[in-house]
Amino acid sequence: MDKNININVKVWRQKGPKAKGNFETYALKEISQGSSFLEMMDILNEQLINEGKDPVVFDHDCREGICGMCSLYINGHPHGPDEDITTCQLHMRKFNDGDTITVEPWRSAGFPVIRDLMVDRTAFDKIIQAGGYVSVNTGGVPDGNAIPIPKYAADEAMDAAACIGCGACVATCKNGSAMLFVSAKVSQLALLPQGQVERIKRAKAMVAKMDELGFGNCTNTGACEQECPKNISISHIARLNREFLKAKIRD
Amino acid sequence: MSWLLKSSIGRKLIMSISGLFLVLFLMFHSLMNFVVILSADAYNTIASLLGANWYALIATGILALGFIVHIIYASILTLQNQKARGSNKYAVSQPQKNVSWASKNMFVLGTIILGFLVLHLIHFWSKMQLVELMHGHNYAAAGYHDPTDGAYFIRELFTQPLYSIIYIVWLVALWYHLTHGFWSAMQTLGWSNQIWLPVYYLLGFGA
Repeated sequence: MDKNININVKVWRQKGPKAKGNFETYALKEISQGSSFLEMMDILNEQLINEGKDPVVFDHDCREGICGMCSLYINGHPHGPDEDITTCQLHMRKFNDGDTITVEPWRSAGFPVIRDLMVDRTAFDKIIQAGGYVSVNTGGVPDGNAIPIPKYAADEAMDAAACIGCGACVATCKNGSAMLFVSAKVSQLALLPQGQVERIKRAKAMVAKMDELGFGNCTNTGACEQECPKNISISHIARLNREFLKAKIRD
Repeated sequence: MSWLLKSSIGRKLIMSISGLFLVLFLMFHSLMNFVVILSADAYNTIASLLGANWYALIATGILALGFIVHIIYASILTLQNQKARGSNKYAVSQPQKNVSWASKNMFVLGTIILGFLVLHLIHFWSKMQLVELMHGHNYAAAGYHDPTDGAYFIRELFTQPLYSIIYIVWLVALWYHLTHGFWSAMQTLGWSNQIWLPVYYLLGFGA
Protein backbone atom coordinates (compact mmCIF):
# COMPACT_ATOMS: atom_id res chain seq x y z
CA MET A 1 0.00 0.00 0.00
CA ASP A 2 1.12 3.53 -0.70
CA LYS A 3 1.82 5.54 2.39
CA ASN A 4 3.03 9.04 3.11
CA ILE A 5 6.77 9.54 3.35
CA ASN A 6 9.12 12.24 4.60
CA ILE A 7 11.98 12.97 2.24
CA ASN A 8 14.85 15.34 1.58
CA VAL A 9 15.24 16.68 -1.93
CA LYS A 10 18.72 17.84 -2.92
CA VAL A 11 18.16 20.13 -5.91
CA TRP A 12 20.59 21.90 -8.22
CA ARG A 13 19.96 25.67 -8.09
CA GLN A 14 21.50 27.95 -10.68
CA LYS A 15 20.39 31.54 -11.29
CA GLY A 16 21.32 31.69 -14.95
CA PRO A 17 23.47 30.19 -17.73
CA LYS A 18 26.60 31.98 -16.54
CA ALA A 19 25.92 31.85 -12.79
CA LYS A 20 27.66 29.35 -10.55
CA GLY A 21 25.23 26.73 -9.32
CA ASN A 22 25.00 24.82 -6.06
CA PHE A 23 22.87 22.19 -4.36
CA GLU A 24 20.11 23.13 -1.91
CA THR A 25 18.46 20.54 0.27
CA TYR A 26 14.77 20.87 1.10
CA ALA A 27 12.77 18.75 3.55
CA LEU A 28 9.34 17.60 2.44
CA LYS A 29 6.83 16.07 4.85
CA GLU A 30 3.93 13.69 4.23
CA ILE A 31 4.42 13.15 0.51
CA SER A 32 2.02 10.51 -0.79
CA GLN A 33 3.76 7.63 -2.52
CA GLY A 34 0.83 7.66 -4.93
CA SER A 35 1.84 11.06 -6.25
CA SER A 36 4.09 11.44 -9.26
CA PHE A 37 7.63 12.78 -9.06
CA LEU A 38 6.64 16.04 -10.73
CA GLU A 39 3.68 16.44 -8.34
CA MET A 40 6.24 16.17 -5.56
CA MET A 41 8.22 18.94 -7.30
CA ASP A 42 5.00 21.02 -7.50
CA ILE A 43 4.48 20.55 -3.76
CA LEU A 44 8.09 21.60 -3.19
CA ASN A 45 7.57 24.75 -5.28
CA GLU A 46 4.33 25.57 -3.44
CA GLN A 47 6.24 25.28 -0.19
CA LEU A 48 9.05 27.52 -1.51
CA ILE A 49 6.61 30.16 -2.74
CA ASN A 50 4.84 30.17 0.64
CA GLU A 51 8.23 30.74 2.27
CA GLY A 52 8.82 33.65 -0.11
CA LYS A 53 11.61 31.86 -2.01
CA ASP A 54 12.12 31.33 -5.75
CA PRO A 55 10.47 28.13 -7.01
CA VAL A 56 12.66 25.50 -8.70
CA VAL A 57 12.58 25.83 -12.50
CA PHE A 58 12.14 22.55 -14.38
CA ASP A 59 10.84 21.48 -17.81
CA HIS A 60 7.55 19.61 -18.13
CA ASP A 61 4.54 19.62 -20.42
CA CYS A 62 2.27 16.67 -21.24
CA ARG A 63 3.00 14.69 -18.07
CA GLU A 64 2.13 11.44 -19.82
CA GLY A 65 5.48 10.48 -21.29
CA ILE A 66 5.06 11.47 -24.93
CA CYS A 67 6.15 15.08 -25.35
CA GLY A 68 9.81 14.78 -24.38
CA MET A 69 9.89 17.96 -22.31
CA CYS A 70 10.64 16.58 -18.85
CA SER A 71 14.22 15.77 -18.04
CA LEU A 72 15.96 15.59 -14.62
CA TYR A 73 18.89 13.38 -13.56
CA ILE A 74 17.47 11.70 -10.46
CA ASN A 75 19.74 9.73 -8.13
CA GLY A 76 22.28 9.13 -10.89
CA HIS A 77 19.88 8.15 -13.65
CA PRO A 78 18.17 10.26 -16.32
CA HIS A 79 14.41 10.04 -15.76
CA GLY A 80 15.04 8.40 -12.39
CA PRO A 81 15.65 4.88 -11.14
CA ASP A 82 12.68 3.23 -12.87
CA GLU A 83 13.09 1.76 -16.36
CA ASP A 84 11.57 2.73 -19.71
CA ILE A 85 9.62 5.73 -18.41
CA THR A 86 10.07 9.49 -18.42
CA THR A 87 10.39 11.58 -15.26
CA CYS A 88 6.71 12.58 -15.41
CA GLN A 89 5.73 8.88 -15.27
CA LEU A 90 7.92 8.24 -12.24
CA HIS A 91 6.04 7.69 -8.98
CA MET A 92 7.06 8.46 -5.44
CA ARG A 93 6.50 4.80 -4.50
CA LYS A 94 9.96 4.20 -5.99
CA PHE A 95 11.36 6.06 -2.95
CA ASN A 96 11.33 5.28 0.76
CA ASP A 97 10.74 7.22 3.94
CA GLY A 98 13.84 9.20 4.90
CA ASP A 99 15.46 9.11 1.43
CA THR A 100 17.54 11.99 0.16
CA ILE A 101 16.79 12.36 -3.54
CA THR A 102 19.41 14.13 -5.66
CA VAL A 103 17.94 16.02 -8.62
CA GLU A 104 20.31 17.43 -11.24
CA PRO A 105 19.87 18.97 -14.68
CA TRP A 106 21.15 17.22 -17.84
CA ARG A 107 24.87 17.94 -17.78
CA SER A 108 26.50 18.03 -21.20
CA ALA A 109 28.29 20.76 -23.13
CA GLY A 110 25.59 20.48 -25.83
CA PHE A 111 22.83 21.25 -23.30
CA PRO A 112 23.77 24.39 -21.33
CA VAL A 113 21.73 25.07 -18.18
CA ILE A 114 19.20 27.91 -18.55
CA ARG A 115 18.13 27.99 -14.93
CA ASP A 116 18.03 25.44 -12.10
CA LEU A 117 16.99 22.14 -13.70
CA MET A 118 16.04 23.56 -17.10
CA VAL A 119 18.51 23.06 -19.95
CA ASP A 120 18.66 24.42 -23.48
CA ARG A 121 17.87 21.57 -25.87
CA THR A 122 17.43 23.65 -29.03
CA ALA A 123 20.49 21.83 -30.42
CA PHE A 124 18.13 18.89 -31.11
CA ASP A 125 15.76 21.18 -33.03
CA LYS A 126 18.67 22.41 -35.15
CA ILE A 127 19.64 18.82 -35.97
CA ILE A 128 16.04 18.06 -37.02
CA GLN A 129 15.96 21.23 -39.13
CA ALA A 130 19.09 20.04 -40.91
CA GLY A 131 17.30 17.05 -42.40
CA GLY A 132 14.91 15.20 -40.10
CA TYR A 133 11.89 15.73 -42.33
CA VAL A 134 10.34 14.64 -45.64
CA SER A 135 9.40 17.12 -48.35
CA VAL A 136 6.36 15.73 -50.12
CA ASN A 137 3.40 17.14 -51.93
CA THR A 138 0.74 16.08 -49.46
CA GLY A 139 -2.29 16.33 -51.74
CA GLY A 140 -5.30 14.31 -50.72
CA VAL A 141 -5.32 11.54 -48.15
CA PRO A 142 -3.73 8.45 -49.73
CA ASP A 143 -5.64 5.16 -49.65
CA GLY A 144 -4.75 2.80 -46.85
CA ASN A 145 -2.10 0.26 -47.92
CA ALA A 146 -1.54 2.11 -51.22
CA ILE A 147 2.18 2.13 -50.41
CA PRO A 148 3.36 -1.38 -49.55
CA ILE A 149 5.74 -1.46 -46.56
CA PRO A 150 7.23 -4.73 -45.30
CA LYS A 151 6.31 -5.68 -41.74
CA TYR A 152 9.89 -5.62 -40.45
CA ALA A 153 10.48 -2.14 -41.87
CA ALA A 154 7.23 -0.85 -40.41
CA ASP A 155 8.14 -2.29 -36.99
CA GLU A 156 11.69 -0.92 -37.00
CA ALA A 157 10.58 2.50 -38.21
CA MET A 158 7.88 2.62 -35.54
CA ASP A 159 10.40 1.66 -32.84
CA ALA A 160 12.72 4.45 -34.00
CA ALA A 161 9.86 6.92 -34.21
CA ALA A 162 9.17 6.31 -30.52
CA CYS A 163 12.07 8.69 -29.75
CA ILE A 164 10.65 11.77 -28.05
CA GLY A 165 13.89 13.77 -28.23
CA CYS A 166 14.20 14.25 -24.47
CA GLY A 167 18.01 14.12 -24.52
CA ALA A 168 18.48 11.41 -21.87
CA CYS A 169 20.95 9.72 -24.26
CA VAL A 170 23.18 12.79 -24.39
CA ALA A 171 22.79 13.35 -20.66
CA THR A 172 23.99 9.87 -19.77
CA CYS A 173 26.70 9.52 -22.44
CA LYS A 174 30.24 9.81 -21.15
CA ASN A 175 31.13 11.31 -24.54
CA GLY A 176 28.21 13.75 -24.71
CA SER A 177 27.23 12.12 -27.99
CA ALA A 178 23.83 12.60 -29.63
CA MET A 179 24.14 9.54 -31.86
CA LEU A 180 21.15 7.64 -30.43
CA PHE A 181 18.83 10.59 -31.07
CA VAL A 182 20.17 11.30 -34.56
CA SER A 183 20.18 7.61 -35.48
CA ALA A 184 16.53 7.20 -34.43
CA LYS A 185 15.53 10.20 -36.53
CA VAL A 186 17.50 9.04 -39.57
CA SER A 187 16.36 5.43 -39.13
CA GLN A 188 12.63 6.07 -39.03
CA LEU A 189 12.75 7.83 -42.41
CA ALA A 190 15.41 5.65 -44.07
CA LEU A 191 13.24 2.58 -43.53
CA LEU A 192 10.11 3.96 -45.15
CA PRO A 193 9.42 4.69 -48.85
CA GLN A 194 8.40 8.25 -47.99
CA GLY A 195 11.87 8.98 -46.70
CA GLN A 196 13.82 7.78 -49.75
CA VAL A 197 13.96 11.06 -51.71
CA GLU A 198 16.19 12.85 -49.19
CA ARG A 199 17.78 9.73 -47.73
CA ILE A 200 21.37 10.45 -48.84
CA LYS A 201 21.26 14.16 -48.12
CA ARG A 202 19.65 13.57 -44.74
CA ALA A 203 22.30 11.34 -43.18
CA LYS A 204 25.10 13.72 -44.20
CA ALA A 205 23.28 16.91 -43.19
CA MET A 206 22.15 15.66 -39.76
CA VAL A 207 25.55 14.20 -38.84
CA ALA A 208 27.29 17.40 -40.00
CA LYS A 209 24.95 19.51 -37.84
CA MET A 210 25.44 17.20 -34.86
CA ASP A 211 29.25 17.53 -35.15
CA GLU A 212 29.03 21.30 -35.67
CA LEU A 213 27.01 21.71 -32.47
CA GLY A 214 29.81 20.05 -30.51
CA PHE A 215 28.31 16.71 -29.57
CA GLY A 216 30.89 13.99 -28.92
CA ASN A 217 32.00 10.94 -30.88
CA CYS A 218 30.03 7.79 -30.09
CA THR A 219 32.18 5.00 -28.63
CA ASN A 220 29.38 2.43 -28.48
CA THR A 221 29.23 2.09 -24.70
CA GLY A 222 25.49 1.47 -24.98
CA ALA A 223 24.66 3.54 -21.88
CA CYS A 224 22.13 5.57 -23.95
CA GLU A 225 20.16 2.46 -24.87
CA GLN A 226 19.96 1.44 -21.20
CA GLU A 227 18.71 4.83 -20.04
CA CYS A 228 16.43 5.67 -22.98
CA PRO A 229 12.83 6.03 -21.71
CA LYS A 230 11.61 4.77 -25.08
CA ASN A 231 13.97 1.80 -25.45
CA ILE A 232 15.58 3.01 -28.68
CA SER A 233 18.10 0.33 -29.74
CA ILE A 234 21.72 1.07 -30.66
CA SER A 235 21.16 -1.00 -33.81
CA HIS A 236 19.81 2.29 -35.17
CA ILE A 237 23.28 3.77 -34.62
CA ALA A 238 24.71 1.03 -36.83
CA ARG A 239 22.11 1.93 -39.45
CA LEU A 240 23.06 5.61 -39.22
CA ASN A 241 26.75 4.72 -39.65
CA ARG A 242 25.78 2.62 -42.67
CA GLU A 243 23.63 5.39 -44.16
CA PHE A 244 26.36 7.97 -43.63
CA LEU A 245 29.19 5.86 -45.03
CA LYS A 246 27.14 4.82 -48.06
CA ALA A 247 26.27 8.46 -48.75
CA LYS A 248 29.91 9.53 -48.48
CA ILE A 249 31.21 6.72 -50.67
CA ARG A 250 28.67 7.71 -53.34
CA ASP A 251 30.16 11.24 -53.46
CA MET B 1 38.03 12.41 -48.59
CA SER B 2 38.38 15.18 -46.02
CA TRP B 3 35.14 13.97 -44.42
CA LEU B 4 37.18 11.12 -42.95
CA LEU B 5 38.94 13.59 -40.69
CA LYS B 6 36.17 16.16 -40.32
CA SER B 7 33.12 14.10 -39.37
CA SER B 8 32.67 12.12 -36.19
CA ILE B 9 31.70 8.97 -38.06
CA GLY B 10 34.73 9.42 -40.35
CA ARG B 11 37.10 9.61 -37.39
CA LYS B 12 35.47 6.56 -35.87
CA LEU B 13 35.85 4.75 -39.18
CA ILE B 14 39.60 5.34 -38.93
CA MET B 15 39.56 3.86 -35.40
CA SER B 16 37.48 0.95 -36.60
CA ILE B 17 39.61 0.06 -39.65
CA SER B 18 42.95 0.48 -37.85
CA GLY B 19 41.58 -1.55 -34.92
CA LEU B 20 40.41 -4.39 -37.14
CA PHE B 21 43.80 -4.35 -38.89
CA LEU B 22 45.51 -4.73 -35.51
CA VAL B 23 43.13 -7.58 -34.64
CA LEU B 24 44.18 -9.31 -37.87
CA PHE B 25 47.83 -8.89 -36.91
CA LEU B 26 47.10 -10.23 -33.44
CA MET B 27 45.53 -13.35 -34.93
CA PHE B 28 48.54 -13.90 -37.19
CA HIS B 29 50.94 -13.23 -34.32
CA SER B 30 49.22 -15.58 -31.87
CA LEU B 31 48.91 -18.31 -34.51
CA MET B 32 52.63 -18.01 -35.18
CA ASN B 33 53.52 -18.02 -31.50
CA PHE B 34 51.33 -21.06 -30.92
CA VAL B 35 53.81 -23.01 -33.04
CA VAL B 36 56.50 -22.65 -30.36
CA ILE B 37 54.38 -24.83 -28.07
CA LEU B 38 54.46 -27.60 -30.69
CA SER B 39 58.03 -27.29 -31.89
CA ALA B 40 60.84 -24.85 -31.12
CA ASP B 41 62.57 -25.67 -34.42
CA ALA B 42 59.49 -24.94 -36.47
CA TYR B 43 59.10 -21.66 -34.61
CA ASN B 44 62.67 -20.64 -35.35
CA THR B 45 62.14 -21.46 -39.03
CA ILE B 46 59.24 -18.97 -39.06
CA ALA B 47 61.38 -16.44 -37.17
CA SER B 48 64.17 -16.70 -39.75
CA LEU B 49 61.61 -16.49 -42.59
CA LEU B 50 60.52 -13.13 -41.24
CA GLY B 51 63.60 -11.63 -39.58
CA ALA B 52 64.94 -8.54 -41.33
CA ASN B 53 63.86 -9.59 -44.83
CA TRP B 54 62.53 -6.75 -46.96
CA TYR B 55 58.93 -7.99 -46.87
CA ALA B 56 59.03 -8.38 -43.08
CA LEU B 57 60.38 -4.84 -42.75
CA ILE B 58 57.63 -3.39 -44.97
CA ALA B 59 55.01 -5.28 -42.96
CA THR B 60 56.54 -4.03 -39.71
CA GLY B 61 56.38 -0.48 -41.04
CA ILE B 62 52.72 -0.80 -42.00
CA LEU B 63 51.99 -2.40 -38.63
CA ALA B 64 53.71 0.44 -36.77
CA LEU B 65 51.71 2.91 -38.83
CA GLY B 66 48.52 1.04 -37.85
CA PHE B 67 49.44 1.37 -34.18
CA ILE B 68 50.32 5.06 -34.53
CA VAL B 69 47.08 5.94 -36.35
CA HIS B 70 45.01 3.98 -33.82
CA ILE B 71 46.73 5.68 -30.86
CA ILE B 72 46.65 9.20 -32.31
CA TYR B 73 42.96 8.94 -33.13
CA ALA B 74 42.19 7.41 -29.75
CA SER B 75 43.76 10.49 -28.16
CA ILE B 76 41.96 12.96 -30.46
CA LEU B 77 38.58 11.28 -29.91
CA THR B 78 39.05 11.06 -26.15
CA LEU B 79 39.93 14.76 -25.91
CA GLN B 80 37.02 15.80 -28.11
CA ASN B 81 34.62 13.66 -26.11
CA GLN B 82 35.78 15.11 -22.82
CA LYS B 83 35.11 18.57 -24.25
CA ALA B 84 31.67 17.52 -25.48
CA ARG B 85 30.86 16.11 -22.06
CA GLY B 86 31.61 19.47 -20.46
CA SER B 87 33.30 20.33 -17.22
CA ASN B 88 30.15 19.97 -15.08
CA LYS B 89 30.09 16.49 -13.62
CA TYR B 90 27.13 14.77 -12.01
CA ALA B 91 27.18 14.70 -8.23
CA VAL B 92 25.48 11.32 -8.28
CA SER B 93 26.12 8.98 -11.17
CA GLN B 94 25.29 5.32 -11.24
CA PRO B 95 26.52 2.69 -13.69
CA GLN B 96 23.97 1.23 -16.06
CA LYS B 97 23.14 -2.42 -16.24
CA ASN B 98 24.53 -4.22 -19.31
CA VAL B 99 27.14 -1.55 -19.96
CA SER B 100 30.56 -3.14 -19.77
CA TRP B 101 33.35 -1.54 -17.81
CA ALA B 102 35.66 -2.03 -20.78
CA SER B 103 33.45 0.04 -23.07
CA LYS B 104 33.85 3.08 -20.83
CA ASN B 105 37.57 2.63 -20.25
CA MET B 106 38.96 1.80 -23.67
CA PHE B 107 41.53 4.56 -23.43
CA VAL B 108 42.75 3.36 -20.03
CA LEU B 109 42.98 -0.21 -21.30
CA GLY B 110 44.73 1.03 -24.44
CA THR B 111 47.30 2.88 -22.37
CA ILE B 112 47.99 -0.23 -20.29
CA ILE B 113 48.39 -2.27 -23.47
CA LEU B 114 50.75 0.35 -24.94
CA GLY B 115 52.90 0.32 -21.80
CA PHE B 116 53.32 -3.44 -21.98
CA LEU B 117 53.85 -3.23 -25.72
CA VAL B 118 56.99 -1.16 -25.13
CA LEU B 119 58.22 -3.82 -22.72
CA HIS B 120 57.35 -6.51 -25.26
CA LEU B 121 59.36 -4.72 -27.96
CA ILE B 122 62.37 -4.50 -25.64
CA HIS B 123 62.08 -8.20 -24.80
CA PHE B 124 61.79 -9.53 -28.32
CA TRP B 125 61.89 -7.06 -31.19
CA SER B 126 65.07 -5.31 -30.00
CA LYS B 127 66.81 -8.69 -29.69
CA MET B 128 65.57 -10.13 -32.95
CA GLN B 129 64.67 -7.89 -35.88
CA LEU B 130 66.65 -4.91 -34.59
CA VAL B 131 69.85 -6.91 -34.04
CA GLU B 132 69.55 -8.47 -37.47
CA LEU B 133 68.96 -5.05 -38.96
CA MET B 134 71.98 -3.46 -37.30
CA HIS B 135 74.51 -6.27 -37.42
CA GLY B 136 73.28 -8.65 -40.13
CA HIS B 137 75.02 -12.01 -39.72
CA ASN B 138 77.79 -10.59 -37.55
CA TYR B 139 75.60 -10.58 -34.45
CA ALA B 140 78.01 -12.86 -32.58
CA ALA B 141 80.89 -10.41 -33.00
CA ALA B 142 78.68 -7.65 -31.59
CA GLY B 143 77.95 -9.88 -28.61
CA TYR B 144 74.34 -10.84 -29.33
CA HIS B 145 72.53 -14.16 -29.32
CA ASP B 146 71.32 -15.58 -32.66
CA PRO B 147 68.40 -13.25 -33.52
CA THR B 148 66.48 -15.99 -35.34
CA ASP B 149 66.50 -18.21 -32.25
CA GLY B 150 63.15 -16.93 -31.03
CA ALA B 151 62.46 -20.00 -28.93
CA TYR B 152 65.56 -19.22 -26.85
CA PHE B 153 64.32 -15.70 -26.02
CA ILE B 154 60.91 -17.04 -25.09
CA ARG B 155 62.45 -19.67 -22.79
CA GLU B 156 64.75 -17.06 -21.22
CA LEU B 157 61.89 -14.67 -20.45
CA PHE B 158 59.18 -16.98 -19.23
CA THR B 159 61.37 -18.95 -16.87
CA GLN B 160 61.14 -15.79 -14.75
CA PRO B 161 57.75 -16.05 -12.97
CA LEU B 162 57.47 -12.26 -12.69
CA TYR B 163 57.39 -11.81 -16.47
CA SER B 164 54.92 -14.67 -16.90
CA ILE B 165 52.55 -12.85 -14.55
CA ILE B 166 53.10 -9.51 -16.27
CA TYR B 167 52.34 -11.05 -19.64
CA ILE B 168 49.15 -12.67 -18.32
CA VAL B 169 48.01 -9.29 -16.95
CA TRP B 170 48.78 -7.80 -20.34
CA LEU B 171 46.73 -10.42 -22.19
CA VAL B 172 43.80 -9.88 -19.83
CA ALA B 173 43.87 -6.12 -20.52
CA LEU B 174 44.06 -6.84 -24.24
CA TRP B 175 41.17 -9.28 -23.96
CA TYR B 176 39.01 -6.68 -22.21
CA HIS B 177 39.95 -4.14 -24.87
CA LEU B 178 38.83 -6.55 -27.58
CA THR B 179 35.55 -7.54 -25.88
CA HIS B 180 34.43 -4.01 -26.61
CA GLY B 181 36.68 -3.22 -29.56
CA PHE B 182 35.63 -5.91 -31.98
CA TRP B 183 31.86 -5.48 -31.96
CA SER B 184 32.30 -1.72 -31.69
CA ALA B 185 34.37 -1.70 -34.88
CA MET B 186 31.69 -3.66 -36.68
CA GLN B 187 29.02 -1.31 -35.33
CA THR B 188 30.93 1.70 -36.68
CA LEU B 189 31.20 0.08 -40.08
CA GLY B 190 27.42 -0.14 -39.93
CA TRP B 191 27.75 -3.88 -40.26
CA SER B 192 25.57 -4.66 -37.34
CA ASN B 193 21.97 -5.16 -36.38
CA GLN B 194 20.03 -7.02 -33.74
CA ILE B 195 20.82 -10.38 -35.33
CA TRP B 196 24.57 -9.86 -35.75
CA LEU B 197 25.27 -7.92 -32.57
CA PRO B 198 25.19 -10.94 -30.19
CA VAL B 199 27.42 -12.84 -32.63
CA TYR B 200 30.02 -10.04 -32.51
CA TYR B 201 29.83 -9.93 -28.72
CA LEU B 202 30.57 -13.63 -28.66
CA LEU B 203 33.41 -13.36 -31.20
CA GLY B 204 34.88 -10.53 -29.15
CA PHE B 205 34.83 -12.68 -26.05
CA GLY B 206 36.16 -15.69 -27.94
CA ALA B 207 39.12 -13.76 -29.24
